[in-house]
Amino acid sequence: MSTISVPVSVPSPAEDCEQLRKAFQGWGTNEGSIISILAHRSGAQRRQIRDSYAQAYGEDLLKVLDKELTRDFEKAVLLWILDPPERDAVLANEALKKWSPNNRALIEIAMTRTADEMFAVRRAYRGRFKRSLEEDVAVHTNGDFRKLLVPLVSSYRYEGPEVNASLAKSEAKILHEKIEEKAYGHEEIIRILTTRSKEHLLATFNDYNNEFGHPINKDLKSDPKDDFLFALRAIVRCIICPERYLEKVIRLAINKMGTDECALTRVITTRAEVNMKHIKEIYYKRNSVRLDHALKKDTTGDYEDFLLALIGQDA
Amino acid sequence: MDVPLAAEECEAITRAFSGLGGLGVDEEALVSALGKWRHQPEKRAQLRKSFAGFFTADGGFERFEDDYIHYLKIEFARFKNIMVLWAMHPWERDARWANDVLHKAHPFDIIVEIACTRSSEELLGARIAYHALFHRSLEEDVAYHVRENFSNLLVGLVSAYRYEGDSINEEMAKSEAKTLGTAIKSAGVRNLVENGEVIRILTTRSKPHLRVTFKYYREMYGKSIEEDLGDELCLQETVQCLDSPPKYFSKVMDETLKDGADKNTKDALTRVIVSRADVDMEEIKAAYHEQYGAQLEDVIAMKTLGNYRDALLSLVGQ
Repeated sequence: MSTISVPVSVPSPAEDCEQLRKAFQGWGTNEGSIISILAHRSGAQRRQIRDSYAQAYGEDLLKVLDKELTRDFEKAVLLWILDPPERDAVLANEALKKWSPNNRALIEIAMTRTADEMFAVRRAYRGRFKRSLEEDVAVHTNGDFRKLLVPLVSSYRYEGPEVNASLAKSEAKILHEKIEEKAYGHEEIIRILTTRSKEHLLATFNDYNNEFGHPINKDLKSDPKDDFLFALRAIVRCIICPERYLEKVIRLAINKMGTDECALTRVITTRAEVNMKHIKEIYYKRNSVRLDHALKKDTTGDYEDFLLALIGQDA
Repeated sequence: MDVPLAAEECEAITRAFSGLGGLGVDEEALVSALGKWRHQPEKRAQLRKSFAGFFTADGGFERFEDDYIHYLKIEFARFKNIMVLWAMHPWERDARWANDVLHKAHPFDIIVEIACTRSSEELLGARIAYHALFHRSLEEDVAYHVRENFSNLLVGLVSAYRYEGDSINEEMAKSEAKTLGTAIKSAGVRNLVENGEVIRILTTRSKPHLRVTFKYYREMYGKSIEEDLGDELCLQETVQCLDSPPKYFSKVMDETLKDGADKNTKDALTRVIVSRADVDMEEIKAAYHEQYGAQLEDVIAMKTLGNYRDALLSLVGQ
């Protein structure tokens, strides 16, 4: 569930634009005002504000924000204003430009969006970057990672409940066999993890557990430092419970020395309107600390205020 | 050109599709309607919508009821499959052809054909229809049922959502032409279809980009990439479909109209004509004429019979 709160009597886009314009004028910028408006508008409202601003002042709001704001706060606000598909496209492109095997953003995006949402991302990517997402993923990755990530971002998984029980069982066996052989990049592992439906995979992971006495991720942890194994485990965890996976991303981002703002911004801006509430609950259960308290300790200034507003915990 | 149907033609279609069996089918009127509704997929969409009992709205397309298909095939037996396929939504057609091929060990070239000659949105549509019809994804079935060495190539081809704009990076196209050339010269051609770079380039690059790449290939190596791929049929077909669907389809037409063609090859006649009638039939006819020195319509008229022939010719256009 969303953690965004929109005021009951919301100002018109024109009024919002006027307030935003005031916030930019004069020396410095009134960040508080910007947050109080933008963090409390839905996607449709934010789009209307962008359009109104362009009409009223002949400028692209995004460009103005780029000029007026700085650093982590700016990055978060710019991502927040975009439509979800465009946002994910921008995040994917960023991730690819500086891709390395321990980059988790692509997997996170590919595994926590629905099949139709992923196609919207691919459409937005083509529109913005004049290339397909998969062609850029292919070019910027290599070896086993390419073999895994290209199908992952290109899949259009079936989303219904039907499961072929005997097939799920046999595929659990196949996964186990290849994992035993340490053939982690084997075609069969990639085929099963990147093309099968979520329901089928849940059944498969269940069968794996029943047949072999422990979860598949235990066997995939033979080398905790191996990035490819991490990627496979991430896929499994996102199938089983995406919110728990995302909670861990946030937890690690906060606990990391110096905080991983990149990951923090990414998860919060992309999930605030989707399932942030659930993620907060898991965070509290797991850490016995509320997410807003953790953020207050770990982040500062306008960036902190903005994140708190997005998770519904401002003022 | 929007030529309205004559009253008899309207009536013929309504009667024919309304499920009132046993009254016979006015074949002439139907054939005439096929011709008049060329290049007007919206008219067929209206037909599907007006027979809501026989077509179910399903996530973006109107799906044919299975029993109805069965019934119509019998009603229209003399047209072979044409009427049924013609009325069917293109997404459903492609999904059914793909599924058929995967489960009946037909040659897989149909998969390449569908993946490479449809637009990005049409291919997405086929995947949407596949979900609705078969409760699995197209790529999961391709990955599972195709065990030959071109499996990864096919999965990549059916999963593509290629950029369709004009923006091309000439330097990249040149460099990728070289990459392809190097791969072809060094690999045993059998391994070529599993070569990571070959798969990457052919399954992800935009079609305009690939056409430029193939052009550079010819400049660099003196031969077309098609020729150099001569022994690797799957790759050769992929390149042909991506480079020029009309040329590819005219070749298929030639094969299918030869004496002694087997059933699968003959089925291609219906498939190509129904699926291309609204797309690039004129270009296919032109390519056929250029390659084989004959008019496609004439050869079809010679080699086919009866209502089936009339329907084909109506779709091919004069």
